[in-house]
Amino acid sequence: MAIEVKIPTILRTYTGGEKSVEAKGDTLSSLIDDLDANHAGIKGRLITEDGALHRFVNVYVNDEDVRFTGSLETELKDGDAVTILPAVAGG
Amino acid sequence: MDGVLRIERATHDAIVAHARRDHPDEACGVVAGPEGSDRPVRFIPMLNAARSPTFYEFDSADLLALYKELDANDEEPVVIYHSHTATEAYPSRTDIAYAQEPNAHYVLVSTRSDDETEFRSFRIVDGEVTEEPVEIVGD
Repeated sequence: MAIEVKIPTILRTYTGGEKSVEAKGDTLSSLIDDLDANHAGIKGRLITEDGALHRFVNVYVNDEDVRFTGSLETELKDGDAVTILPAVAGG
Repeated sequence: MDGVLRIERATHDAIVAHARRDHPDEACGVVAGPEGSDRPVRFIPMLNAARSPTFYEFDSADLLALYKELDANDEEPVVIYHSHTATEAYPSRTDIAYAQEPNAHYVLVSTRSDDETEFRSFRIVDGEVTEEPVEIVGD
């Protein structure tokens, strides 16, 4: 079960510069665990110590922001595309 | 990356006009350029989804559409700008916490004075802020 994950510039230090990598998982949570198994440290940039999705990143599954589809519990299937983007915000 | 922001007069003026138009709310947007070029050429004003005088945020769907478009054009956000409407044109703690484009020039515009618009540029990398000179070209 291969899912394409698009990686933003700021996180490409974890993927050897790759813009896009493959990962697997039935949910976003397990996908991130799998990503971290191959790109150690990336999980800490996506998930807080409390286990929630970091507010500094936006994650989309097939163009849907996962905040509206169950966050880390969002279900994934073969062929889905995941995009990670840094939130652009400030005060 | 030589520690200076070179920007066309027309683009500079478009950023200032956007900041003035949205005052007292914060205005935000990007200037895109070819990947690796460090040339801000395509002005893209964005909607401040927060519609706030103290916070700005690109709408989540707009953000995705923007990055898809940049990706398709082999562009990147060379400048990421926003305005402060009551304080100086210097990155706030929130700005620094959110800054996640190590290649971008973070432009801050202040519209706190009616007569004069502050326009300053910064690098923000790993929480460290470095101001850089702004060189306006194409006069």
